[in-house]
Amino acid sequence: MLEYTLIPLLPLIAFVINIIFGRNYIKDKAHWVSVPAVIGSFVLAVAAFMDVQSGKVININLYRWIVSGDFNVPIGFLIDPLTAVMLIVVTSISSLIFIYSIGYMHGDKGYYRFFAYLSLFVFSMLTLVMSNNFLLLYFGWEAVGLCSYFLIGFWFDKKSAANAGKKAFIVNRFGDFGFGLGVILVFLTFGSLEYTKVFSDAGSVIGKTISIFGYEVNTITLICLLLFCGAVGKSAQLPLHVWLPDAMEGPTPVSALIHAATMVTAGVFMVARCNPLFSLSHTAMTTVAVVGGVTSIFAASIGLVQNDIKRIIAYSTVSQLGYMFLALGVGAYSAGIFHLYTHAYFKALLFLGSGSVIHALHDEMNIQKMGGLKKYMPVTYWTFIAASLSIAGIPGLAGFFSKDEILWRAYAGGDAGRWLWLLATIAAFMTAFYSFRLIFLTFHGKFRGTHEQEHHLHESPSVMTIPLIFLAIGAVASGWVGIPPLLMEHGDRIGEFLAPVLGPPKGEGSHAEEWMVMGLSVFVGLAGIFTAYIMYLKKTELPYKIGEKFQAVYKLLYNKYWIDELYDKTIVRPVLSVSEKIILGFFDAKIIEGVVNGVPNLIGAFSQRLRKIQTGMLSHYAVAMALGVLVIIGAVIFLK
Amino acid sequence: MVPLSWYIMLSAVVFSIGVIGFLTRRNLIIVFISVELMLNAANISLVAFSHYLQSIKGQIMVFFIITVAAAEAAIGLAILIAFYRNNPTIKVDEINLLKG
Repeated sequence: MLEYTLIPLLPLIAFVINIIFGRNYIKDKAHWVSVPAVIGSFVLAVAAFMDVQSGKVININLYRWIVSGDFNVPIGFLIDPLTAVMLIVVTSISSLIFIYSIGYMHGDKGYYRFFAYLSLFVFSMLTLVMSNNFLLLYFGWEAVGLCSYFLIGFWFDKKSAANAGKKAFIVNRFGDFGFGLGVILVFLTFGSLEYTKVFSDAGSVIGKTISIFGYEVNTITLICLLLFCGAVGKSAQLPLHVWLPDAMEGPTPVSALIHAATMVTAGVFMVARCNPLFSLSHTAMTTVAVVGGVTSIFAASIGLVQNDIKRIIAYSTVSQLGYMFLALGVGAYSAGIFHLYTHAYFKALLFLGSGSVIHALHDEMNIQKMGGLKKYMPVTYWTFIAASLSIAGIPGLAGFFSKDEILWRAYAGGDAGRWLWLLATIAAFMTAFYSFRLIFLTFHGKFRGTHEQEHHLHESPSVMTIPLIFLAIGAVASGWVGIPPLLMEHGDRIGEFLAPVLGPPKGEGSHAEEWMVMGLSVFVGLAGIFTAYIMYLKKTELPYKIGEKFQAVYKLLYNKYWIDELYDKTIVRPVLSVSEKIILGFFDAKIIEGVVNGVPNLIGAFSQRLRKIQTGMLSHYAVAMALGVLVIIGAVIFLK
Repeated sequence: MVPLSWYIMLSAVVFSIGVIGFLTRRNLIIVFISVELMLNAANISLVAFSHYLQSIKGQIMVFFIITVAAAEAAIGLAILIAFYRNNPTIKVDEINLLKG
């Protein structure tokens, strides 16, 4: 069992070696350290998966990390079906992205640093999914946030990248603050942070309340909402989604690995992991579902009109994460994890494909300046098509199965679910539309860039295209483990595999309704593609006309609902001005510096007075001496 | 026979003259002489007590003091001359380099 400890340790070792020896010795051979390490993790993860499939659940404590009175936290690993799926997702995607990075980052001056951080990230993420207690989870949680900061700001000499890194870190802080409180509250309530203890005791605290400022709040609900705060931050849900699109300043492999396939799914994983707690709180579940459903349509609508290739995909990620939370919120945990798993493949593929395009065009990201790349980049084009069809929910592809499962569970999940299903279905239409808008603008039509760019157009090297092909296989086939029972008896293998941890999905409905939901989701997917086809290939003047006609809507979407501006006005500026005027201007300048400078100034002023008696006149000293002698004599005589 | 108290009084008077001279005069040479006066006042009382107690120890002490005073006067005057070469003044008021 102990060899599974190596799953997170291998990338950690790679990180240490690269960060210490990278600058002077390893340099542009850094991938020889990191790639084998992560592939080793992948092999071990597969072995662990096999073990779990044969019915074993591994839960070992390796080390007593913190012991203080009742507070006892081990470093320990739990490998159950949920973790096994996550391990496969994280290590397989990371391996492919690491290989892709060899080509993409070739010649970058921070090559070794890139692989070092990437390895550290994989270590953190694996620790996060493998931990068997909340504190180690929290450790992994913060560590992936840190790596994300490093990697978004990887090109830190570019101001926008450095700012995006800071933004991601700070926005995540908001969520993590709640998450931290949640972990503390878990300990206060259960007296332990280990999953097994907490989840088995969860039933005993139902109905207990905790008093906050005089309001009685249900403890479980509060814990869940606080934990969910963290998930909202990390998984970029409304209202903390703002960091993810900006995170696209980082290198494309980073966007693919962190901001699509793995890190942002940490929130989904965490909620699924804590399902015994969430299931006990109706309020928390509804919150999760509503946040997820609203985010899915919100982000999709922004994606409709963006022009930056990576930002479109970023909003698509936010939207798909919304789907996952919607699934979790209606109690279909395994559907959420299933979508996490399929989404990881097609979203990583989309990002790497866009990276390939950007690479070919020398860092051009505006899709309005692309076009006609199909004949230059066939591999990129066809893999991109596979991913887009998958995300649009075309039957037979991975995205279809997982998205359909979520839509169906939402539909079956009662009244609120019905409304959220409607939102999610509209979002599905938008998803198909913007995905194919991207394809048509990028790969079809005429090239709209400069002549020089056109001259240099080329397909990416095979070290980049081969991972694309592998991911395309995943984007097509990864859904086949979750075929709904409606289409195939015992087809939902992943659902059954996860059932011991996540429970059977809830919700009832007739076959007819299920067919209706499925049919509708396919229909909106096709309709989205068709609309994009009409607007961007057939009648190319149509988008401008529509944009003119609904200028207000267009502006609203194009400016992302002015959320960034709103935060800027309501949070960033006030905080900055408070820092500048009160913290810096008053507290720091007056109080801190007042004390620090005041003490020496006081002593100085005192000395200024005191030194006056040091006249330098011999006779003055002599007088003092004589007076002193007189005083002593007087004392001797009169004070016997 | 002159009583002991007369000697002591003489000693006290000479000492006081020395002190007052030391405190009030501004000429460094005079100040210096005032110091010598104070030393000699001490010598007078030592000799007086030596005679009164019929003990030779006091007078031996006086010889030591006279010797030391001579050496001290030599060094003091040497310092004074060295100082005067740099700062042509012997007024105590103007010698205030150590003023804070």
